[in-house]
Amino acid sequence: MLDIFDILGPVMVGPSSSHTAGAVRIGRMARVLLGEEPIKAEIGLYGSFAETGQGHGTNRALIAGLLGLQPDDMDVPNSFALAANQGLDFSFYTARLREAHPNTAVLDVTGVTGKKLTLQAASIGGGRIRVEQLNGVEVNFTGNFNTLIIRHWDVAGEVANVTRELAAAQVNIANMSVCRSKRGGEALMVIETDHKIPVEVRSSIADLKNIRRVTYYEKEE
Amino acid sequence: MALDSMKEIAECPTPFWQIVLETDMDERQVTAEASMEKMRLTWRAMLESTENYEPQRRSLSGLVGGDGEKMRQYSQNGDPICGPYLQEVIATALCVGESNACMRKIVAAPTAGACGVLPAVLVPLYHSGRATEDEIIQALYVASGIGAVISHRACIAGAAGGCQAEIGSASAMAAGALVALRGGSAEQIGHAVAMTLKNLMGLVCDPVAGLVEAPCVKRNVIGAMNAVSAADMALAGIESRIPVDEVIDCMGDVGCRLPMELRETALGGLAATPFGQSVKETMKHL
Ligand code: SF4
Repeated sequence: MLDIFDILGPVMVGPSSSHTAGAVRIGRMARVLLGEEPIKAEIGLYGSFAETGQGHGTNRALIAGLLGLQPDDMDVPNSFALAANQGLDFSFYTARLREAHPNTAVLDVTGVTGKKLTLQAASIGGGRIRVEQLNGVEVNFTGNFNTLIIRHWDVAGEVANVTRELAAAQVNIANMSVCRSKRGGEALMVIETDHKIPVEVRSSIADLKNIRRVTYYEKEE
Repeated sequence: MALDSMKEIAECPTPFWQIVLETDMDERQVTAEASMEKMRLTWRAMLESTENYEPQRRSLSGLVGGDGEKMRQYSQNGDPICGPYLQEVIATALCVGESNACMRKIVAAPTAGACGVLPAVLVPLYHSGRATEDEIIQALYVASGIGAVISHRACIAGAAGGCQAEIGSASAMAAGALVALRGGSAEQIGHAVAMTLKNLMGLVCDPVAGLVEAPCVKRNVIGAMNAVSAADMALAGIESRIPVDEVIDCMGDVGCRLPMELRETALGGLAATPFGQSVKETMKHL
């Protein structure tokens, strides 16, 4: 999809759309998918993020995103101080990955009630991002669509059950993928939609028999 | 319209800016009002990026800061070679480029590294009353349409095609915006775009220590000055001999042929000078 505001934009705190704005978006994505206030984050930087991240404020940008700041928030450079105030404990290390995009971060985040999330994402240029792994499962989504992430048991008909709910609510699916660890084991469905997904639809999906957890990321304007 | 050919845009009877507006309405499924409101906010953020300059700030490496202010002082107290508009173009490009390096708020246009080019040519016209906000908003649609065509046919990021793709595209967008502001035709916009890209053809991306600082801030100045001269040439009726779409394709081709060392990896060009290397070493120990 062509968005002229990707060409004239984003409005952001400098200095780099990939190393700064994209890094804020990766942090925000982790926060939304965790679904609660993060209190601990261990962050691995890879490739150019590790090499030049310091000078680009990539580390501060990631923390800013985890705290819920937007890429154009003037507080992005002060995020370390904000984190100390809000009780977010964080550390950085140089990640060793095989064949990852040169601007990649791996975030291990713990929330206030003990929820945990591991997310690997790349900043792919112009402030756009791509999530590549979620809790060890390979995924591929960007946050350019409304995104539903469903952990479920690998049972025949489960995909149809979910898409039926979406169809009933007239929500159009743009992209979709399903992955599983092993036959009959835990599986992950990622559904990107054109329309926003109303909360009732999300909760009726969550109530389906073989669904373990539903997480929702709403596209930002 | 797909926004993949300057020629097609020029052949369409609808004004250039309106073609881009309609494409945006169609792609994002928004009304004309919503699209134009977003463009207005983008313009105001651009304007703000020129107003929020703080001359005492320095970038993390310490390489960048304070030059925009030096230029303004010189404009006031010195005997500049350029006239008042160009003096402000130079100062604004420096200020916004420096603000970006100092983690201030800017509008990536088309990238953060090139964020000074468009405001440098537009804001001084706006402040001197030679362009209204509504005219500038139309010109920004033209600029983003040009950026869309370049990103479709070639590329707009230094990592992909060198600085010719980044500062070059910003320069082309700025030149087109200026021609549109002065009432030039879509063909004249095309000639201005072709001239800007030809004049920066082959420029490598070689940021010292991988940071968007040196040579990036000053390259915003050449991007802006190049845009002003190309716009005035196009408005004078001077034409690019080589058709604009062919120039864009050629820029993309040259970008692909640039060795990896000269595409933002900071392994070649100015980044590989002894000075560049020493900055890189210092940054490691920060
Ligand atoms: S040298 Fe590279 S990083 Fe610097 S402005 Fe040019 S393209 Fe951007």
